[in-house]
Amino acid sequence: MKPALYPLEKPPIMNTKKIGDVILDVQNISLRFGGVKALTDISFNVKEHEIRAIIGPNGAGKSSMLNCINGVYTPSEGSITFRGKTFDHMNSRQVAEMGVARTFQNLALFKGMSVIDNIMTGRNLKIKSNLLMQALRLGPAEREEIRHREYVEHIIDFLEIQAYRKTPVGQLPYGLQKRVDLGRALAMEPQVLLLDEPMAGMNVEEKQDMCRFILDVNDEFGTTIVLIEHDMGVVMDISDRVVVLDYGKKIGDGSPDEVRGNEDVIRAYLGTSH
Amino acid sequence: MLYRENGQFKTSYRADQQIFPIAQDRVAIGLILAVAFLVVPAVASDYIFRAILIPFVIMALAALGVNILVGYCGQISLGSGAFMAVGAYGAYNFFVRFPGMPLIPALILGGLCATFFGILFGLPSLRVKGLYLAVATLAAQFFSDWMFLRIKWFTNNSDSGSVSVSNLQVLGMPIDSAASKYLFCLALLVIVALLAKNLVRGAIGREWMAIRDMDVAAAVIGIRPMYAKLSAFAVSSFIVGMAGALWAFVHLGAWEPAAFSVEVSFRLLFMVIIGGLGSIMGAFFGAAFIVVLPIFLNQFLPAFLGLFGLEISTAGISHAELMIFGALIVWFLIVEPHGLAKLWSTAKQKLRLWPFPH
Amino acid sequence: MAFFLETLIGGLMAGMLYSLVALGFVLIYKASGVFNFAQGAMVLFAALAMARFAEWIPKWTGITSPIVANLAAFIIAGAIMFVVAWVIEKLVLRHLVNQEGATLLMATLGITYFLEGLGQTMFGSDIYKIDVGMPKDPIFMLESMFQGGILVNKEDVIAAAIAAALVALLSVFFQKTSTGRALRAVADDHQAAQSIGIPLNRIWVIVWCVAGVVALVAGMIWGSKLGVQFSLTTVALRALPVVILGGLTSVPGAIIGGLIIGVGEKLSEVYLGPFVGGGIEIWFAYVLALVFLLFRPQGLFGEKIIDRV
Repeated sequence: MKPALYPLEKPPIMNTKKIGDVILDVQNISLRFGGVKALTDISFNVKEHEIRAIIGPNGAGKSSMLNCINGVYTPSEGSITFRGKTFDHMNSRQVAEMGVARTFQNLALFKGMSVIDNIMTGRNLKIKSNLLMQALRLGPAEREEIRHREYVEHIIDFLEIQAYRKTPVGQLPYGLQKRVDLGRALAMEPQVLLLDEPMAGMNVEEKQDMCRFILDVNDEFGTTIVLIEHDMGVVMDISDRVVVLDYGKKIGDGSPDEVRGNEDVIRAYLGTSH
Repeated sequence: MLYRENGQFKTSYRADQQIFPIAQDRVAIGLILAVAFLVVPAVASDYIFRAILIPFVIMALAALGVNILVGYCGQISLGSGAFMAVGAYGAYNFFVRFPGMPLIPALILGGLCATFFGILFGLPSLRVKGLYLAVATLAAQFFSDWMFLRIKWFTNNSDSGSVSVSNLQVLGMPIDSAASKYLFCLALLVIVALLAKNLVRGAIGREWMAIRDMDVAAAVIGIRPMYAKLSAFAVSSFIVGMAGALWAFVHLGAWEPAAFSVEVSFRLLFMVIIGGLGSIMGAFFGAAFIVVLPIFLNQFLPAFLGLFGLEISTAGISHAELMIFGALIVWFLIVEPHGLAKLWSTAKQKLRLWPFPH
Repeated sequence: MAFFLETLIGGLMAGMLYSLVALGFVLIYKASGVFNFAQGAMVLFAALAMARFAEWIPKWTGITSPIVANLAAFIIAGAIMFVVAWVIEKLVLRHLVNQEGATLLMATLGITYFLEGLGQTMFGSDIYKIDVGMPKDPIFMLESMFQGGILVNKEDVIAAAIAAALVALLSVFFQKTSTGRALRAVADDHQAAQSIGIPLNRIWVIVWCVAGVVALVAGMIWGSKLGVQFSLTTVALRALPVVILGGLTSVPGAIIGGLIIGVGEKLSEVYLGPFVGGGIEIWFAYVLALVFLLFRPQGLFGEKIIDRV
């Protein structure tokens, strides 16, 4: 029986997969780099508790879209509404504080630190003691550190990486590094989780494990998931709704079945026949 | 065989997170501290104190500060000499202008002056990094050189910028003998090292290392780059400033701005590189190395070359020192970028298994 | 007004010399992404070599003509700089290929110390003269416009001319020759250049050799003006802000940055200095660079630095 993952502040939610209202609304986002238009007038929304996939051929702008939501890029036009508040550009830190966490396509782990330390950095927003208290490391600071360590250990159990907890992440194989990346995002106790190709480079077993983790997180905590993924099988199986991008434009939006039958989508992936 | 953690199981996170989890390490540290505090003062000669031990202790403190900024937070700094100078002159001004101010508060206030200066010249780190930041910190260095030479107020209107202090005492006990100076500095070093170790293994330390390893990703997790970088500058310059004040008050007694030139900045950076970036132990190793090397060369080189019938002048020895420093820096960066501390921990790793190969 | 012009021209001349040193920085950075902190030490090393060989050659070979002696010394010093470049590439650069900028910077710091020690061991640590026949007398310009004319140092004018000629030569080298093209390719993208068969290691040796020759010319001019001594390395430290101002990747930036710094230093010393106690030359360049770093880190002509996640 796999140990359950539970946050310290709230009791576990028994979720019956009720998809809620719109929590994230992307309106008319355009993104330009000099002369290159990475995104053109993209609009879609994400409902609470759902798993939303973003798919499209390579170079379609999927990661750029996530970067805009996340505050890493500033869109040239358009706005993003999160929980009713509209912003025309996001600031990474504010976004994190608002409860959005993210994994990276190319892994942005802190290579010099161990697995525990990497995941502990995800707890950073929740740590309250100030510099002086940390330096003295007396009662409250030490207790807080231990509390957060406990939470991180639960995440480590959940992701089944116990054996590697003290290893510097730079020394781990790719599949395990991706789990640490996910763990760090989970440590933030996010309401929305942005996953950028979480299964890239994995074999079938690893993909199954990763799918299981994603579904568990969505199931047990109702975390809204926005997922970029190339594996069509995975996308069709686990996502509730799908957005399709091609050359920076949106060409499809709906349930997996609707999108699968969409002419434009088929053409984008298979190319046109003349 | 002796150095094994076999059988040392931790049953609480508190035990797992302690500074020295392996029992043998705790014993070793206890022994070292006992020797440092009790045995050394009894047996060392005045010369050893003045030439080796006191400089080592103070420089280890400074290297600790620099390591926090450069090693843990990854912000290159070539201005450490300036921070030492600000700490020294700051403490001097408080000590001299407020008669009756005790020594330790003066040192701390000097450190705070250095903190302020450090945060100010650390602001560029919010915009640039790497080489560009190095140039910005050099600006701090040269500005400080000029400030203490030309602005008379800082040096109590002395003509050449040179000042002196005397009659140091702590809690009524005078600090005039070499042994008492050594013990005073050592006590401060141990306290600061403990506080620093607590910082780097806590949340702020992780923030610093996150910024060092990948600052874009750090922002995405919710780390404020501004707070992390400026706090690194603040803590680092406080420690370096206090070390500068100690260097001036306790080691030199009388000093002028040239005592904290850009050469000192380079020397501190070398200590941190050779000792090991991102390691508290590294500060000690590096300081020991850099302090002892010139003395070692002074004694050893003439004898060594004498074997071949060659002579070498004192100027020649200092040139050789430059060459050896330079070559060692390059060698360390190529072979073991994490310095002596990494070599030491690799050795300990091997010791855990010795005499078994794996 | 005449005094202002004199100061201005003096500043331009000094700036030209900074530009020479900065040129070496830019060349190496452009081609290998390495920031060569040791450029100053290279200037000193080259100048020492030239000064001493100019002394020794007459002693060893009995040639009395100073022109021949200086020429021979120049050539020998140049050859020595080639060797230095080759050794640096082989022993240091090759092993640090994929390290980040900070590591490379610190490695060049180590090289700095090594060259300083080696130079003084091999060539001695007194002050030496370089006498390449530069005229030391001043000339007076524009006597018709200003009474008494404007004082300009003939030596400075010739130095500026030499520097300009060097820059022109380098531009031709980069634009017109195939090696120059290869250098520009490497500067743009190491891997792409490698994939079309450009030998990276050889290119780096060439670049450091060229930087070495630039250092030699700079050393010759500085040494002729100030005498060759250890403090020459601090002069090079003043060239760092030039590179920041002009942009690390820009040759014209190095020139213009040098002129701006040279003029700025002189003017600020004369007009601002008296208010704050004087001697602000030691930090003016750096603080100016600092201000630039806050608002325009890529300098006047450099490329914008983009961070990709």
